[in-house]
Formats: sequence, C-alpha cells, structure tokens
Amino acid sequence: MSNVATFDTRTEAKIPVESPLAYSYRRSGAPAPTAKSRVVLRERPFLGHLVLRGGAIVLDEAVREVLGVTLPGEPQGLVHDADGRRSIQWISPDEWLVIVPGGEEFELENRLREALGGAHFAISNVGGGQTLLELEGEAARELLMKSVVYDVHPSHFPVGKGVTTVFAKTTVILRRPSEERWELVVRRSFADYTYRWLLDAGDEYGIGVER
Amino acid sequence: MSQLNRLARGGRIDRSRKLSFTFNGQRYQGHAGDTLASALLANGVDIVNRSFKYSRPRGIVAAGAEEPNAVVQLGKTEAAQVPNVRATQQALYEGLEARSTNGWPNVQRDLMSLIGKLGGQFMPPGFYYKTFMAPASMWMTYEKYIRKSAGLGRSPMEKDPDLYDHLHQHCDVLVIGAGPAGLAAALAAGRSGARVILADEQEEMGGSLLDSRERLDDKPADAWVAETLEALAAMDNVTLLPRTTANGYHDHHFVTLHERRTEHLADTAPVKDGRRQARSRMHRVRAGRVVLATGAHERPLVYGNNDVPGNLLAGAVSTYIRRYGVVPGRKLVLSTSNDHAYRAALDWVEAGREVVAIADARANPDGELVEQARALGIRILPGSAVIEAKGESRVNAARVAKIDPDGFRVAGSAETLACDTIASSGGYSPVIHLASHTGGRPTWNDDILGFVPTLVKGVSAAGGAQGVYATGRVLADGVAAGARAAEEVGFAAAEVRLPQVAERRDGAAVALYQVPHEKPTLRAPKQFVDLQNDVTAAGIELATREGFESIEHVKRYTAMGFGTDQGKLGNINGMAIAARCLGRPIPEVGTTVFRPNYTPVTFGAIVGRHCRDLFDPERYTAMHQWHVEHGAEFEDVGQWKRPWYFPRKVDGKTETMHEAVARECRAVREAVGILDASTLGKIDIQGPDAREFLGRVYTNKWAKLAPGRVRYGLMCKDDGMVFDDGTTSCLGENHFLMTTTTGGAATVLEWLELWHQTEWPELEVYFNSVTDHWATMTITGPEARKLLAEVTDMDLDRESFKFMDWREGVVAGVPARVFRISFTGELAFEINVQANYALHVWETLFAHGEKYGLTPYGTETMHVLRAEKGFIIAGQDTDGSVTPEDLGMHWCVGYDKPFSWIGQRALSRPDTKRSDRKQLVGLRPKDPKVVLEEGAQIVFDPQHAIPMPMVGHVTSSYYSPTLDSGFALAVVKGGQQKMGESVYLPMADGQVHEAEIVSPIFVDPKGERQNV
Amino acid sequence: MLYIHCPYCGELREEEEFHPKGQAHIARPLDPDACSDEEWGDYLFFRDNPRGIHHELWVHAVGCRKFFNVTRHTVTYEILETYRMGEQPTITAEHPEGRPSRDAADQASLREGVRA
Repeated sequence: MSNVATFDTRTEAKIPVESPLAYSYRRSGAPAPTAKSRVVLRERPFLGHLVLRGGAIVLDEAVREVLGVTLPGEPQGLVHDADGRRSIQWISPDEWLVIVPGGEEFELENRLREALGGAHFAISNVGGGQTLLELEGEAARELLMKSVVYDVHPSHFPVGKGVTTVFAKTTVILRRPSEERWELVVRRSFADYTYRWLLDAGDEYGIGVER
Repeated sequence: MSQLNRLARGGRIDRSRKLSFTFNGQRYQGHAGDTLASALLANGVDIVNRSFKYSRPRGIVAAGAEEPNAVVQLGKTEAAQVPNVRATQQALYEGLEARSTNGWPNVQRDLMSLIGKLGGQFMPPGFYYKTFMAPASMWMTYEKYIRKSAGLGRSPMEKDPDLYDHLHQHCDVLVIGAGPAGLAAALAAGRSGARVILADEQEEMGGSLLDSRERLDDKPADAWVAETLEALAAMDNVTLLPRTTANGYHDHHFVTLHERRTEHLADTAPVKDGRRQARSRMHRVRAGRVVLATGAHERPLVYGNNDVPGNLLAGAVSTYIRRYGVVPGRKLVLSTSNDHAYRAALDWVEAGREVVAIADARANPDGELVEQARALGIRILPGSAVIEAKGESRVNAARVAKIDPDGFRVAGSAETLACDTIASSGGYSPVIHLASHTGGRPTWNDDILGFVPTLVKGVSAAGGAQGVYATGRVLADGVAAGARAAEEVGFAAAEVRLPQVAERRDGAAVALYQVPHEKPTLRAPKQFVDLQNDVTAAGIELATREGFESIEHVKRYTAMGFGTDQGKLGNINGMAIAARCLGRPIPEVGTTVFRPNYTPVTFGAIVGRHCRDLFDPERYTAMHQWHVEHGAEFEDVGQWKRPWYFPRKVDGKTETMHEAVARECRAVREAVGILDASTLGKIDIQGPDAREFLGRVYTNKWAKLAPGRVRYGLMCKDDGMVFDDGTTSCLGENHFLMTTTTGGAATVLEWLELWHQTEWPELEVYFNSVTDHWATMTITGPEARKLLAEVTDMDLDRESFKFMDWREGVVAGVPARVFRISFTGELAFEINVQANYALHVWETLFAHGEKYGLTPYGTETMHVLRAEKGFIIAGQDTDGSVTPEDLGMHWCVGYDKPFSWIGQRALSRPDTKRSDRKQLVGLRPKDPKVVLEEGAQIVFDPQHAIPMPMVGHVTSSYYSPTLDSGFALAVVKGGQQKMGESVYLPMADGQVHEAEIVSPIFVDPKGERQNV
Repeated sequence: MLYIHCPYCGELREEEEFHPKGQAHIARPLDPDACSDEEWGDYLFFRDNPRGIHHELWVHAVGCRKFFNVTRHTVTYEILETYRMGEQPTITAEHPEGRPSRDAADQASLREGVRA
C-alpha cells in the first residue's frame, strides 16, 4: 500500500458539486419528457468509477471477495451485483470498469488493494472525469444507430454487453444493463458535446430529459 | 396547358390527384405518381436543356438514373436550390419549381448554339486543353465564361433550412435493387432469418416488373410485386428502403446508401408531428454479404443527330406508356438490334398511336415479339437501321437504310420516314458501377454483348446485373443469390416458391453500337455517344487518330463518362467505337473505371448532423461556465476551448487583446494570477517498474525522484526529436502522475502503451488517463502563497513545501493535491481537485483573492510569461526536427543512464551532431516596438541576392510588458554559438527587421522568483 | 472503410475505432549503442512497401487500446488475418495460402521471413 498513494478525492463536507452536465443544462436546457417522448435521457451523476488493471485470475478472486460478483472474463462482458447498483465491465484483457454508488469507491479501492496484496495491479479513481447517461424508450436504439458505429441490434448487443466505441466524433462506453435501458459512460470534457448531439438527434423522437 | 400526351387510362399514377408545377417559369399539371420527366412529357415539353458544349436542344431520353439530358435545378426559394436533379428520378409534388441548368439566356433561344452551328470543328475533343491553356493567366477568365454558358447547376447562396443525418446500419445481407432479382433475393434471404436490407432508388419498388407485359402466376407482374412487398414488410428482420440509392461500395462491404426521405413531398422537409425531420439520410451500411440486383441499362444506338428531342430509348418509351400513362409522341420509328425493344412498338400501338416502321439490324428477325408486331401489321425493315434523325427542336423524320454492320457501311439507299419519335435499342449493359467501386475490372461477355461484373469475395450479382434478362430466370437467379448469401453468413435457406412465368422465345441479338452513315464519321451529322458531355463518335475517332489508344486516355481526352453521368448510357458504345477505330476487339480495349458516387449526393447528406454547433466536439473544463460569464475570449487547443484572455471593460470600452494581456502579465509578475490548467493531459502510472519505464521514455533521470517530489521531463521519439514534455510527480515508490501537453494527451498515452505492449511487456506497469478526473487551477505570482494560505491549513512554508514538491491537503474544504511547480517563473501552486468540486474551489479563491489582485489569465498571457522564461511549448517551438540539444536542454539529458532510452542512440548520429543545426535562441528586435511574426524566416545577410539562404525561423513571439519590448524565441543555424550577433527578417511587405541573438531566458535568468 | 477483427475483443469492428501504426515486426535493436549508424538508420527510417501481402501494426484505439498485427493485401485491401502481439503470421508473401504446417522448423524459418 505504501508504494501507491491512495487519495480520497471526496469530502463529507457540504460542498457544492457540479456534474459534468451542469453547464449543459444551463446552456442548452433540458426538455421535460412528455407522453409523446419516445426516448428519455437521464444523467446518473456522482457515481464512483474505478479503473481496475491486472490479470483476470488474480482480479477475479479479489472482486468476488470484495464485490461478491464474478469478474467478467470474456470480452464485452458486463455484470451487476444482486441489487443492480454495482457493476463491473470488461474493457480490455487487463482492464475493467467498476461503477458503484457514489462515496463507496474509496473504501472499495482500499479493500481491493488489501485483497490483492502483492499482486501486480493498478486501480485508478476516475469518478470526477466521467458521468453515466441512461437512455430509455422505444426509439433509444434508433437514436444510438444515429450516433455510434457499433451494431446495436439486439441479436448483436444483448443485455449484459458493453463496448468502447465511436460516438459521433468522440468516444463512449456503451452498455446494455437491461432490455429497456442503455448506458453511456461519457468523459466529462466531452459530456456537453454528447448531450447536445443526443438532444439534436433525439428531437424527432421527442426526446425528454429527466432530472 | 393540357396534358396532350397523357393517355386516357393506364399507368400507375393517381389520376384523382392533380399536381401543378412549373418548369422554366411555365405552369403545368401532372398527377401524383408522376416523375418530373413523365409530367413534362405528358405536357409535350420537348426541350429540357441545352447541351454542355455545342448548346444543342436536348429532350428526355431515358426514364431512370441513366438520363443524361434532363438534369435540372430545383427549388422555389434561394435557400432551397438543388442542382443536378434528374427529372426522371424526381417525384412530382404540388408546387414543384424546376429550371434547366444549361442554356443562356434560355433553352429556347440560346446564344451558345451559334457556336455549336459554326462547324463541327469549333470545339473538337481536347478543346479545353488546346484552346484555353495559354496564356495560363487567362484561365480564370475563360473558366468563368465557360461555366456561365455551360451551366452546371448552382449551389444555393443561402443557408440550407433542412437537416440531414446518418444512420449506422449493419446487416447480414444487403440487396441493392428491388426489381425481380432483388425482390426474389430479399425474399430468400429474409425467409432464412438473416437481417436483410433491401434498397431501391426508385419511387416505387418493383423495377422492370412495373412496366412489364409479362404475367406472373397468370397475374399482372405488378400484382406479384405488391404481394412480395407485403410479405417482406411483414418480416421483422427485413428493412425496406425505397427512394434509396446505393452510391458507393467501399472496402469490406461498407456501402453508402442515400435515402431521399422528403424530396418527393416538398422543397424542404415538412414538419411532422411538430418535429423537424431529416430531408435525406445517409445509411452507412456494413453488410455481411451483398447482392447486386441493379439491373441493366439499355444502350441507345449511335446515329446521326441522335440527340434531337424525340430520340428516346426503346425501354423508356414502354416505361412512360405503361407506368405513367404517357405516350411521348404520335408517330414512332423503332431502330433495334434485339427482340426486347419490340415492346416499345407494341405498347405504342396499344396506346393508339402509329408505328411507322421498325428498322431491325438483323437479317431475319423471328422472335415471339417480332411475330406479335407482324401480326399487328407493323412494317418491319430487316437488315436496316435509322442512320440519321431529321429535325431541330424535335424529330420530324428518320432516315432508314440497309446496313452492313460488319463492314460498317450503308448497304442501300436511305428512305426518309416522317415521324416525331425515334426509339432505339442496341441491347443492354448490366449496371456494374457498384462492382467497379470494389476494384473488380469487368469482363466482356459475347453472349450478352456486354460487360459483366467481376466480383470480390462476398458479393454476388443477380439478374440483369450479370446479364440474365428473361424474367423467369431472373427470379430464379435472385432466389439463388439471396439464399446463398444468407447461407454464407450462417443462416439455413428456406424454400421460396417462385411464380410461374411463360418463357418467351427471343431471337438472337446482333452487335450494333455506332450505325454507319453514308458519309465517313468525321463528316457525317453528329453521332452522339455521351449526351451529357457532348462526346461524339467523331470525337472518339479523332482521339484515336491523335494517338490515344488506352480507353482511359480516350476518356480523359474526350470527357466521355465524366461528371455526374459516370458513363451510364455512353461508355459501352464509346469503347466499341474506340475498338473499331483501333481495329481491336472490345475486350482488349476494356472499360474505364466507374467511381462513386453512382448519382450525385447532396452535401447535406454527406455531412449529416456534423455541422454548425456539432461540427466538432468542443471540450470544456469544469470551470467553463465561469470563463464564459467573465467575458473570456476562447482559443481552440486541440478540441478544447481554453480561455485565451479575459478582456475587461475600462471606461465603457472593452480592452484589446494587447491591453488585456499586458494587464494579465503584470498581475502575475506583480501580484497573483490564476489559470485554468485542467486541459493538460494527466496519466496515472502504477506498478513496480513504473520508475524504470519513465527512465526509458524520458530523456532525463528518474531513478532518484522521491515521493513528494516533481520533475520536468522531455520525451523524444527514437529519432532523437522532441515530441512532448511535462512534469511527472512521484506519488509513491511505484506510483507516478505524468502530465502532458494539452494537445499531446492521447498521443502520449498511446505512445506509452506502444512501448509497453510491443517492446517491454515484461515491465510491470499500468497507465490510465485521469485527465478529466482532476481539475487544475494554477495560482501564480508573488502573492500566491498568501492567497492559498487563506483557503487551506496546509503547511506552505518555503522550506517544508519547496519548489518542485507536491503535497496533499484540503483546499477550500475539498481534498486536493497541490504541486509547487511553475510555468511562469513566479511562485506558483497548481491545485488539483476532483472536477465536480472545481467550480467551488475556483470561486472560493476569487472570494479571497480580490485583496491580492487575483487576476484570471488565459493562454496568451501564459505564452508570454513562459516565453520570457525560455520555456518551450512542444509543437510550437519544436516541430519534430529538434533535439533536446538543439533546444540547449543538455541539462535534461541523462547521457549515462544504464538503459538506452528512446532517442538516445540517435543523438550520436552524424546529422544530430552537426554544429550548424538549427538551435533555439532568443531574439531581441533592434526596434523594441517590433513584435516579429511567428514563422518569419531568418537570414544572416539581407543584402544577399534573392533567393537568400534561410537560416531559421521565429517559433514564438510576443510583446513583453515586463521588458516593454517585443521578444521572440527562434531556431537559428548554429545559433547557440552566435550570441550577440545580428540576424535579419525580410518581410513580405519589403521591410527588413534586425534582431539580436540572445539567451532564450529573458526574465529572472537565475530562477530566483519561483523559489521565494 | 476496413472491417477489422480485433484479436483481443474477438470481434470485427469498424476502422474508425483503430489507428494504423505502420509496418509490423520492426523490433528495436536490443543494444542500440552496438548498432552502426547505418543499422540504426535502417531501424528508424526504412520500411517495406510491398504490392501484395503486408504485415501491419494497428491499435484498437477506441476499444481495448491493445496493439496487434494485421496481415493485409495492399492491392485488394483484404485482411487475411489478425494476430496478437508476440505471435507470428500464418499467411505471408511466401505462403499466401497459409503455412503448410505449424512445426517448430517452419516457425523458425517464418520468423526470418517477416523480419521479426
């Protein structure tokens, strides 16, 4: 532990926080969903995001012990814990993205470090640098077809899959946690561009934003 | 005006819905279901354009994408202008306004036609090259005149009111064309369960079946089309895309489809359910397998004056009669080399009009359709052809004669037959354009007298596209292609029942392209090959005489198959003529390459929604809103929007950039300034070999950097040239935080991964980007410590928190990492907090900063301050040809490091050891008021004759309020040994600036201010 | 627009997700200081430009961020195989239909063939 500087970047103090979309809401507004909205967008801000690097076997053991889920060892795998609030996603053969309720990440990092002991691994906290957007509704898939180069047809993109791919002129981590819902993990600095793109491309489906 | 050519019944138009439209300002009426072309023909409009080069009157020739003449300009308003629309592909809608694109001042009375009449030789092939080449300076004048008189349509001068988009599609089987082959293929592939896209460019799917005389299962052919479309629409796995042209076939079965979504409804896309809709859409399709069911284009015969309005393709005549209920004339002469074209005569008679004669190039025509024509009493002239059309603005007669096609001569005397319409058919050319895009050179097939496509793996052609024309065989071919495509991508083919079609007995066709005339080709009336580009048989003959033997050269010399036409009608005839002139067989002459796009595509569809505010991503920091609210001007750095400077209002006047930057610079040197530095790349590096890795990728040493310390590092490529720099902090023994330039963040991360993954996988280290996680604010200036002390209880004492230290603490109530590093030469603290808290910390600093004169500054001030200190910007002061030694940064090079780090070996190459390399120096202009131009070239001797030897250039240049003088950084040959010498900068306006070579460190050379 | 099978993601992915990184199997000399200037110049600057089968290094930049090798035909643009770092191609200019067998001797001769 002493060889790596862990740092809790959060505070319990009552400090105003701004999600990556805070500026976008002020600049571009957030059309409220209506009965005619065929797709709804929702930001899930301030979650805990950790990047986990290391060998699958050694990480799997620690993740089972600490998170109680099996590390998805196969490419594009995405698994959730029993109550669905914690997920772990395959990013690369030695990289996984863990998303947990905000505030849990520092303790989780410490517990994983403890469980991993002297193994070669890395954990980076990236929660301030990305946010999670959800898309729901019958037009969500077509909206994604306008935006990402990856094939989002259900036969190719079943529930439990996640990929990093091209979104318009930026990148996104796209996940499908359930039949109805898609998740986009977006980098903070690109969040406004992504948001404006989704509003523009979603206009014909009467896109609404839940806040 | 009445629709004089509209039949009382028949056709697929909706006679209950009348639509009015205008063409060249004249009002007409048509019906729903008409194309602009069928409506023009119905109204008896003969002349639709003037030809490109000779300005001859032209009429509608075809009924589809191959139409060369009826290319019109569409749009009521300026903003809605659309050029290059084929009237044959444009559905009629209420209020449509169209104009001819050629013809000045108008198509009926055309000044340019005078030139066309001044003897055929006025504009021979190669005309442009020969006539307008000299003097070269006049080309702009010529071009303007030619463009105006030729007319090529024009772009709107106002903003396009419409929106466009892209859809990324993926499918197992893409079927292009929904004629009999395509429908059958889609049905077979769809039934197998494969994901199928069926795209067709016409208003209605069905292709040739929509005007067929044949019966399928003893029902009209279009009944089977309707049934089949219904069955396909019912399949979830099948997507039908009508009005959608496959324009480009790219690598690995990536096909671009252009869907015209509202062009058939109005000028601009109508609002639907209160929402704007995309006018057209580009489908970017990645297909597993592709079936080309693109059919065939009929070839016209090449005879004298074959361009006079009233000369049509035989198949087009049938299409207009059967599909649109329009008969485009009264008295028809048909000239054909094959049986199929007889349909035109039969349809003409059924429409109640007169067929004067059929000139058939074959000696003994005897197929079923021929018998039907005979039975109707139509006069058939065997072994004959129309050799010349008569008439100027409309055909008034056809000269018909016996011909000897093999000897290429007229074999008897010509008979003049009065008529107003000549239909011709020289056979059919498979539409091989898309197959051509994939690189396959087509091969000549003597049985069908046409080129068939050469196909790359994964694509097949069905029906007319590969020269199979009999309807029953086309359907079977389509089913086989669809089933095979689905099987190849893992689906089990299901049975598809094909309708019964009576096999028709057709006589053999004869090869006929250019029809002989009594006069030799060069003196005969013009025989047009490519109507759009005004290329004649004589032109091709001339080109071959002038020594152009390759068909590619003939194409470029004559312009055959150029532009939006892409040789749809003319290319095969042109090749056949070239082959005849060269005395070589057609397969030997070969064909030219067809290129994307198959038909013109609006720029809007190509751009999609990547325009205006969404043209490119704009990256914002967590403090962006504050910058906007405080009047920042922004600079683009990569995709980031960074504050450039913060102009203030002084006495009601907004500061200029010069004034703002001078004020910001003084604030930093005299009080305290703050910079949003969040955009710098940040890479979290963990692992037992992290330190070793840094030693290999940086030029300097990292072995002894202790936790809590920060070091500047320079990165080279293996050629020894600097490509990035930044500070890296030791967070823990196995843990480092690397910073990169703003623009270099992604490149550097990929660079580290490259070396780790390809050369040193044994090193235990991981790299992760944390650029967006942290927001970084730099407070710098003599008052920086006092300001920071107000918002933190961290120990900021100069002894315990030294220059190049970093510490953890709480700033403004937020956990922070603070780095005591300086890019300004002043005392500085870089505060890093999790980005979600950043705005709060930034505002808290301002709440406390006023009494210290806290001043926000942007990138321009940052540049001035760093340049005053001689700090480089990688990518500005370096350009991939500068070594650390060239920069005078020997202090940053670990010559004795144990591992041969990236770039080290190259520093001992003879080229990098040269003493006259361009080296970084400071420049002090002799006139302090001068701010040298960045990029200005440097010479040693301004008296030297031009061209002067150039010895370097200015890389960074600013006005320094501290020095009250312009100053610059530059690279100069051997500059490090030339301190105190003068160099000269000759400017474009004739001025020559003199400057003295000085040290690049202009302010505080001992570096004391940052250590306070 | 190529369609590239990423050997780490196990899927065909759009070209937009990748960056090409030049010729594959260019190994950095283990002891740069032992190289003559000419040898070092060869390593730095000289690359093959074949008409036909070529081995290239690519990175799945918008994806798993892994580098891998691509055997591509420079005339048809057909991708004949992709393989992970450290692996050798089975299809080469000498063996365009694939290597006859995978025994050790073959593997050794193959290594020479691709300048690994």
